[in-house]
Amino acid sequence: MSDTSLQVLINQAPHTLPAGATLADAVALAGVQPPFAAAVNLQFVPRGQYAQHALTDHDKIELISPITGG
Amino acid sequence: MTTHTLPADPLTLYGETFHSRLLLGTSRYPSPSVLLQAIERSQPAMLTASLRRQTGSGGEASQSFWNLLRQAKVPVLPNTAGCHSVQEAITTAEMAREVFETDWIKLELIGDDYTLQPDTLNLPEAASRLIQAGFKVLPYTTDDLVLCQRLVDVGCQAVMPWAAPIGTGKGPINPHALRTLRERLDVPMIVDAGLGLPSHACQVMEWGFDAVLLNTAVALAQDPIHMAKAFADAVNAGRAAYRSGAMQAQDSAQPSTPVLGTPFWHQA
Repeated sequence: MSDTSLQVLINQAPHTLPAGATLADAVALAGVQPPFAAAVNLQFVPRGQYAQHALTDHDKIELISPITGG
Repeated sequence: MTTHTLPADPLTLYGETFHSRLLLGTSRYPSPSVLLQAIERSQPAMLTASLRRQTGSGGEASQSFWNLLRQAKVPVLPNTAGCHSVQEAITTAEMAREVFETDWIKLELIGDDYTLQPDTLNLPEAASRLIQAGFKVLPYTTDDLVLCQRLVDVGCQAVMPWAAPIGTGKGPINPHALRTLRERLDVPMIVDAGLGLPSHACQVMEWGFDAVLLNTAVALAQDPIHMAKAFADAVNAGRAAYRSGAMQAQDSAQPSTPVLGTPFWHQA
């Protein structure tokens, strides 16, 4: 980690975000289309909390969407 | 002539009623159009769905499926397919609740990737935590009686034992275990996974199971649309047979036609 950036994984792909970035920044960077839901380090984060959820270095972010299933 | 019909017999799960006893999966169909027509023909109680990372161009497949679900107007039963730990299942369920706007969850906790056998040791803990979090949990389980009892003990108001491993289409591979489950547990039970033919569905419904959940048997049929209807009819036939009370099988032949008055009898 540097003072000015965070290294995170979004859906297992490495990304760099500025220090102080939130989950909302990660969602914007990923460009996922709604509907989707988010989790950070295997913990669900409700949609309304993205802008308040501060990210830390090496966070693992999952953004998932509806798909067929059995 | 008076037509006698059985009174309405809706499926009740967690206090909610459904007018079909068929739950249908949405995966592996030749096209979205075929899936939609299969839904229309079979009128299932619920449709299963899942959550995955978006791939391709901006999640078009996901958006298309989302629109199909809205068009179908059938309640959605999200699953936790692919989860291997209690925490994975809980987080996936929470994400599904937000996306699909439903408390229903088909709890899948996989213990073995080759057979897709549920993690029987950790399933009750996952179910318990989800129920405490307000979910209506339908756990995919083996046909083990004590496991199913434990799932009921932690608050599951229905359980979903397999007939055979997912996607095999073998039909009930352990009839004794399934029938024992039906005799011992009073909660609604949905046979989930392993059915391949409408006769399999009819069979378990005749045994007194409350519903069936299937996917591959319809999706991989040569004609999924008509196969979906065939399963729906089989489920209804099996339920009607169960409610009508089957005769007891006999070891010896019993003439159907009365013997009394048989012509030429003992004339010699």
